[in-house]
Amino acid sequence: MTEQAVAAVPRRESSVLRFAKGLALIRESWVGMVGLVLVLFWVFVAIFAPLLAPFPPNATGAPLTLPGGPSLDGSAVHWLGTDQLGRDILSRIIFGSRQVLLYAPLATLCAYLVGIPMGLAAGYRRGLTDDVLSFVANVILSFPVLVLYIIIIATIGASGTNIVIAVTFASAPGIMRIVRGLVLDLRNREYVFAAETRGESPWRIMLVEILPNARGPLIVDACLRLGYVVITIGTLGFLGLGLPPPDPDWGGMVSENRQVAMFLPYIAIFPCIAISSLVLGFNLLADGLREVSLRD
Amino acid sequence: MASKDHSYTGPILECRDLCISYFTRAGEIPAVIDFNMTLEQGHSIGLVGESGCGKSTVAMAIMRYLGNNGAIVGGQVLYKGRDMATLSEEELRQLRGNEIAMVYQEPMASLNPSMTLGRQLMEVPLCHENIGEKEAYDRALQILSDVNLPDPERIMSVYPHQVSGGQQQRVVIAMALLSNPSLLLLDEPTTALDVTVEAGIIELIGQIASKYNTSMVYISHNLGLILETCDRVNVMYSGVVVEGGAVGEVFDHMRHPYTKGLFGCIPLPGADKAARPLVPIRGQLPLPHQRPPGCYFGPRCDFFKEGLCDREGLKMTPVPDEPGHDVRCRRWQEIDWSTYKPEGVGAGATQAGEVVLSLNNMKKYYEITDNSIAAMISGKRVRHVKANESISLDARASETVAIVGESGCGKSTFAKVLMGLETATDGEVFFNGKDIAQQEVQKRSPEQVGSMQMVFQNPFDTLNPSHSVGSQLARVIRKFGVETDKDRIEQRVMELLDLVKLPRDFARRRPRQLSGGQKQRVGIARAFAGNPSTVVADEPVSALDVSVQAAVTGLLMDIQKSYRTTLIFISHDLSLVRYLADRVVVMYLGHIVEQGTTDEVFAPPYHPYTEALLSAVPIADTSVEKTRIILEGNLPSVTNPPSGCVFHTRCPRFIGDICKTEEPPVVTLGDGHRIACHLPLAELQSMKPVISLARAPQTPAAE
Repeated sequence: MTEQAVAAVPRRESSVLRFAKGLALIRESWVGMVGLVLVLFWVFVAIFAPLLAPFPPNATGAPLTLPGGPSLDGSAVHWLGTDQLGRDILSRIIFGSRQVLLYAPLATLCAYLVGIPMGLAAGYRRGLTDDVLSFVANVILSFPVLVLYIIIIATIGASGTNIVIAVTFASAPGIMRIVRGLVLDLRNREYVFAAETRGESPWRIMLVEILPNARGPLIVDACLRLGYVVITIGTLGFLGLGLPPPDPDWGGMVSENRQVAMFLPYIAIFPCIAISSLVLGFNLLADGLREVSLRD
Repeated sequence: MASKDHSYTGPILECRDLCISYFTRAGEIPAVIDFNMTLEQGHSIGLVGESGCGKSTVAMAIMRYLGNNGAIVGGQVLYKGRDMATLSEEELRQLRGNEIAMVYQEPMASLNPSMTLGRQLMEVPLCHENIGEKEAYDRALQILSDVNLPDPERIMSVYPHQVSGGQQQRVVIAMALLSNPSLLLLDEPTTALDVTVEAGIIELIGQIASKYNTSMVYISHNLGLILETCDRVNVMYSGVVVEGGAVGEVFDHMRHPYTKGLFGCIPLPGADKAARPLVPIRGQLPLPHQRPPGCYFGPRCDFFKEGLCDREGLKMTPVPDEPGHDVRCRRWQEIDWSTYKPEGVGAGATQAGEVVLSLNNMKKYYEITDNSIAAMISGKRVRHVKANESISLDARASETVAIVGESGCGKSTFAKVLMGLETATDGEVFFNGKDIAQQEVQKRSPEQVGSMQMVFQNPFDTLNPSHSVGSQLARVIRKFGVETDKDRIEQRVMELLDLVKLPRDFARRRPRQLSGGQKQRVGIARAFAGNPSTVVADEPVSALDVSVQAAVTGLLMDIQKSYRTTLIFISHDLSLVRYLADRVVVMYLGHIVEQGTTDEVFAPPYHPYTEALLSAVPIADTSVEKTRIILEGNLPSVTNPPSGCVFHTRCPRFIGDICKTEEPPVVTLGDGHRIACHLPLAELQSMKPVISLARAPQTPAAE
């Protein structure tokens, strides 16, 4: 064989390009597109927060200004009004998106990094490994989630890192179960037998032969889970277990102003809209991904 | 409604210029084009063709059940003279299941797992006729005994998973017959079943046809089955009928090059890998939206003539002197088959070398722990499944040893022990002089692992969909240490693709961009990457279409010959085994019941099980005469095998208590031909051949 013959074979396209092509398929589902637009909107807001926000997030002005009211010096408008301390609600929502979009993906990623190996090991090795891991998972899953969060945060304190730890601890068992279920099916494929008959190591089989084929359902699940984590972060903020004040936090904003929410509902409603639009975005994106992946 | 019109005497079913399309995102895809068929009362028509040729679509169109995206875009379906297109949904509902009944391929999927079989059967008359529960029950019971199911009362009260696959299919057929339909559509009704079970179902279908005077449309990819069940046959290719006529005429005097090609692909008795090899059809089936102009078979046809065959408007033309025999070919009258000598893919004779693999009394038992409370109380918690019992055989270099048997006979366990995925419970497995019976694959050296590799069954499962073909082959080369340098590995990948006759740019393709046959070729390339001395092929072509089967089999034998590889060929397809194997090992419930050279095993004396297997195989040759031996009963469970001779529960030559109590002795007849049976030697030797040819066999190469 000549060298030219080898060189004539084009290189395979980069995995980045293939991923982008896969993502482009979402255009075929309008539900998915709506979700993607919502999510990208908040990503954009988070990235350009300092440019978009009319006020610094912790700057105080006239308290309880109604939406559309002018600022103290009259140079700008509080489009969504101010809270009890006179902080601009729009600006706090804009800056709050940074917190959510940092910690929610980080926590989800950590949960997957723990859950996937557990699920792979349980599903592929079966036997005692499976029994032990499944038992641990079942114990954790048997706690009411909220109680679990409160216990963890109350023990280790409220901070961004601890939210990540708490979410990882509470979500990893669920992820483990999904991965385990997928592996139980995939481990009986003939390409896995082929890998076994050539003496591949178990972890190589799990990570190279099995895991890539489970990616479809896992990507959809990750999207849904991101939405849940956004809710969780909001809930923790509302319970005062979220990010410490005075940094803006959507859940915290609802909670801080709940005494006046009866008379001035906008103060609580706007952060709520922010939370639900982001969660809706993730859920619709997940639906779209599922729809696209089920075709063909 | 009970008001069935039994006075009607015209044709039961007529399809006139039927065109069916599916509407997908890619646009309209014509699935069936210009389909004509007339089915008279009490007759049966076979539709035969490879996957994707539109045969199932025709059946669905007859029922007017094409789903959301399918539609009849032209022509008519006339059922007893009424145009199905004019019927309302309500009228259709009355027709389906009552006058037209259908039997599908997968019996487990056609039965509702959460209802008892009796309830499901009773639903049919309760839904279509105005009768009470009691009468429906009696009717269901009656029909179950009509389909030869033992103990119908028990069958009525159990759930689908509690009966065997063959029994399930009998129940499905019973359900179809319950309303005494005028037309029965059978879509590959035996494809999911074992050969001996299939033989029983085929016999049953024959009995039904004569007893109830039911007209049948029988869909199959197996020409042999069509010969056994039908009066007329339509051969389909890519959505069109290319040849149709009485079975005898089409089988004996086929006119269309595709029909001719199809017969050249199947191993009929008389085919021989050295003297009369199979002739694969080159190329592959065109996708529905990529059909060539004119004759769809054109690009694969040896008689293609530019300007003639690629002209549009190809119609069926009748064959003179053979009424009802039509051919869709412009050149059929010009083709002189007597001078046509297509090139076959054979390997020629091979000379067996030294013994490479030798098994000596190998046993594999699985332990099953029963965790139920009853088992704990009785103390019988551990049971043994004897998957392989005393397996002894030798395989020599460049020899093909076929392991034959039905599901549950222990073929797969045998392969697992060889590959080191399981260790043997007892006995020795010598491979290249070393005992590997207790050596798991991880404990074998890369050379040892590389020198024994496997070709798998399912083309859609054999390659990892997440990795490119090239990277999967490269991994094997690296793993076995054949090459270590990056460029050398790539070069070796290219050589492997050349070896299996695939284009080199397939290296960067994903498995889903390949057809089934191409994937199987990559699977073969993967097995040969480590220069193996032995390759275990587990049903390597059973999931492929007939025309592709011949090509892949030919390729496998070709590579085997040039590398002098020992091929352990695991298969249930006896025709194929006879064609390519040098020696045959017949297994039943983990035991070897007979082994010997191919000629010895396929000729008397037989083990009674081999005899039944041979008789069960449908053969697409009108000149073959077979002795009918239908095995009664079910395959016993491996967890609780029969005592004595494991075959005694179904044996047609059962001789008495000795079969139940004593394990049969192994009788050696001639050189290495061994039969494990209690039958006296004289009786074994007086057996008649199961298959005999009434006249000289017909193969394309022989004419």
